[in-house]
Amino acid sequence: MRAGLVGLLESFGHTVRAAVGDAEALLGAVGEYRPDLVLTDVRMPPGHTDDGLRAAVALRDAHPGLAVLVLSQHAATAYAAELLGPAGLGGVGYLLKDRIGEVSEFADAVVRVAAGETVIDPDVVRQLLARQRVAGPLDALTPREREVLALMAEGRANASIARELLVGDAAVAKHIGNIFAKLGLAGGEDGHRRVLAVLSYLRR
Amino acid sequence: MSTEVPLWPTMAHPVRFLRSWWPWRCLAYLVTTPLIAAAGLLVAVPTLVLVGVPVGRWERRRLRLLHPAGVPDPHGPTGPGRRGWLGTRLREGATWRELGYTLCLLTVLPVADLIGLAVLAVCLVLLTLPVFVVIGNSAQLRLGKHLIDTFGEAVLFSLGAVLPLTVLVAYGLCVLAGAQAAFARWLLAPTEAELGRQVRDLARSRDRLVAAFEAERRRIERDLHDGAQQQLVLLGMSLGLAARELGPDAGRAGELVGDAHRQARQALTGIRELVRGIHPQLLTDHGLAAAVEELAERCPVPMALDIRLDARPSSAVESTAYFVVSEAVSNAVRHAAAERITVSGERRAGLLVLDVVDDGAGGADPAAGTGLQGLADRAAVLDGRLTVLSPVGGPTSVRVELPWHCG
Repeated sequence: MRAGLVGLLESFGHTVRAAVGDAEALLGAVGEYRPDLVLTDVRMPPGHTDDGLRAAVALRDAHPGLAVLVLSQHAATAYAAELLGPAGLGGVGYLLKDRIGEVSEFADAVVRVAAGETVIDPDVVRQLLARQRVAGPLDALTPREREVLALMAEGRANASIARELLVGDAAVAKHIGNIFAKLGLAGGEDGHRRVLAVLSYLRR
Repeated sequence: MSTEVPLWPTMAHPVRFLRSWWPWRCLAYLVTTPLIAAAGLLVAVPTLVLVGVPVGRWERRRLRLLHPAGVPDPHGPTGPGRRGWLGTRLREGATWRELGYTLCLLTVLPVADLIGLAVLAVCLVLLTLPVFVVIGNSAQLRLGKHLIDTFGEAVLFSLGAVLPLTVLVAYGLCVLAGAQAAFARWLLAPTEAELGRQVRDLARSRDRLVAAFEAERRRIERDLHDGAQQQLVLLGMSLGLAARELGPDAGRAGELVGDAHRQARQALTGIRELVRGIHPQLLTDHGLAAAVEELAERCPVPMALDIRLDARPSSAVESTAYFVVSEAVSNAVRHAAAERITVSGERRAGLLVLDVVDDGAGGADPAAGTGLQGLADRAAVLDGRLTVLSPVGGPTSVRVELPWHCG
């Protein structure tokens, strides 16, 4: 698995400075090589539970500006929430392992996270949105607005949302304004903050 | 055949005798006798003691005549091998009680029984006196100075005196049997302490089974996660790279690689569901509340959650609780057509108490299906309890109570 990922990243022109087998070695390697991005699995030795995720959270705390991309076997919002909880400065990503198979998308996500963006797996976002709250302000959203919200939560910019939904930029901006108003969120153009705002609302 | 020992003729000549080997042979013979006897005793005493064991087993079986429910075996499990068996049995009080019983069985009990049965036999013979008086004219019975020798007198005697006496004797024999059974039970049944030990042994072996079962689930989950799942991810990656190499105009080969890629994705999704069914990783990492929350996220019916736990119970309790909730929720969705499900949980006086309530059709019967019964069994294994209230028309409420700590 590690060797496969190294090959994949190198075939997209990245340099892999270290590939390690457990959470402790990961912390050490980051201290030594100061990479642009750390890619880790939620589950890692020695504990075989969420060691990798905890290491990622610790790294975000210890190295401001470090981008962290966490791979998971499960689209569990609890893991995403844990990762996004502390507001680090660097990019952050939470992706299902299945996504590695979509090599181009995966490579794209790596670049975006390294550039400081927030990338959340569409499955996790879908789960957050599909969560049938017994009564919540999400009910006030129109279906189209929910679609826009989902794409926002994945970290897409307005232009990308417009392309995906085949509408104009102005329409997207209007939807976003409505969503922020209905959810009581302060509007903003910064993609990263926007995602975090949406996710922190959804997590409640 | 002569019984004479070759010693005798030799002893007639004392000097020659004393100079020969014979005195030494005599000495050797005399010395070995007590040794043999001691060795014999060493073998015989335990054997005699142990005679009670098979007798006890047989007698407990015979006791079913008067104790149809049966009398439990008082003996505990033995150590390995013949030596282990012997060591355990000789140290058990039950073995010595069985020996005591066996001694009584060989002495007092048969005597008492034979006397009782003999009295009954005499009574039965006396009952037939009228018949003998009729068929044999010499038959007669002397009672003091009175002689019974006519049919009328014989009938009067039989019915008036012997019959009540027979009934009395028969009744007395039953009392004797009952007393003997009580005596046998007293010596052959397990004592309170032995019953307690058996219960403890059972509880311990059950705990071991639960722990082994739980460890096995985790092992399977880990094997799937670290093995098959990773390989499928790698396969997906290789196929993704292959598709990229082939480019968009690869024709048939591109289609085939695309199909393979889709199949790998499906297999990965399938295996993920399977792993979640075995033991959700979230349950291990974040505990019950998070795992149930994830359940709610995947549930097609709105779920309200109110799980307030200040700490985490033992992992066996956690996973049993999770599977009860998971099963109850899927029942509500699948069978009861519920539109709203509430899951609440808290720690209450050393118990983890969870309630799953739905507004569905109700009418769930634990006795009818294996599903709810299986959940009840799972709870019972941990000394827990499952209560299902489901009147027809709803609402259905499933409550599970588990001891916070187990094992």
